[in-house]
Amino acid sequence: MIYEVFRQERRGQPFQHAGSLTAPDTRFAEIYAREQYGRRQESVALWLVPREAVREIDDFPDEFDLKYRRVDGYSIKTRLREARERAGTLETAPGAEE
Amino acid sequence: MTRDRIELLLSIADDELFLGWRNSEWTGIAPFLEEDVAFSSIAQNEIGHARALYELAAAELGTTADELAFDRKPEEYRCAPLVQLRRLEWARTIARHWLYETADEIRLAALKASDDPEIAGVAAKIDREEAYHRMHAEMWIDRLLASEEGRARLNEAMDELWPYALGVLDDELRPELRRRAQERLGRTLADVEPIPRGVHEAELAELWQEMTAVRRSAPAGSQW
Repeated sequence: MIYEVFRQERRGQPFQHAGSLTAPDTRFAEIYAREQYGRRQESVALWLVPREAVREIDDFPDEFDLKYRRVDGYSIKTRLREARERAGTLETAPGAEE
Repeated sequence: MTRDRIELLLSIADDELFLGWRNSEWTGIAPFLEEDVAFSSIAQNEIGHARALYELAAAELGTTADELAFDRKPEEYRCAPLVQLRRLEWARTIARHWLYETADEIRLAALKASDDPEIAGVAAKIDREEAYHRMHAEMWIDRLLASEEGRARLNEAMDELWPYALGVLDDELRPELRRRAQERLGRTLADVEPIPRGVHEAELAELWQEMTAVRRSAPAGSQW
C-alpha cells in the first residue's frame, strides 16, 4: 500500500504534503511515517492517507477562453499604467521611475 | 554501592551501544527502504540511550561518555552476548529485537522503581522512547506469526536466541521474560542454561575493532 504523508510544522499551520511511503498496512505506515518525517522533531503532527483515498481531479475545461475568470487573466500592471496615462498621473505615481 | 551502580550503568549502556551498532548494520540493506530508515533510526536511539547511561557513570568515575564507550579493552565490556552477535538474517534480527526490547522493558520497569533518582529518571526517559521500538518489534512479530513460513522462521530464530535472551537479565527477572515470550509465541520455550553477561563472543572483539577504529586513529584528546 502506498500512503501519502502530510506534515504540520507548527501547531495551527496547514498540513503540507511531505512525500509518500510504502507499507504493508496502516500499522507499519504509522511507524515508518513517524521515523521518516518526525524523528528530527521536524513535525508536530502527521496525516497519513492511503493513496486510494485520494480522489484526483485533473480535467478543467475552458472551451470559451474565459480569461477574466483566471487569476492571471488580467495584468493589473498594464491596466494601471493605462489608467494613469489617461489621468495624466503617470510621472507622479509611486514606482514611476521603474 | 557505587561499584554496583557503575556496574549496572555500564552493563545497560554497553547493551544499548552494541545493539545500536549491530542494528545499524542493516543501514542501506534492510528489506525495503522504509524499514531501512526506521531500523536505522531505532539504532541511533539505542546509541543515544547508551550515551545517557555512560554520562551518568562517567560523572561518577571522573571520565567521559566517549572514553567509556570507546577506550576500554574488548574484555572490559559488560554487554550481554545477545547483542554481540553480528548482523543476523531478518527473522533472527526481528527475534533479537523483540527479545531484547521485551527484556529491556522488564529491566527498565525495575529501574524506574529505583530509589536512586538519577537512575529512575534516565530509565523513565529511555522507556518513553523504547515504547516506539516495542511497537515496531510487535508489529513485525504479528507479521511473521501471520504466515506459516514467517512463523516457522521466527520460531527457529527464537529457539536459537532464547539462551542469549535469558542472559540479558538477572536471575530474578528471567521468569517474567519467559512468561511474556511464551505467551507471545503461544508455545513453551526450552529450559536452557542462559548465556550470561561476561561471556565474550568472538564477534565482540571484531566489532570493537570496527567501532573504535576512528577513535584509535586519532591522538588522545582530539577535539571533533
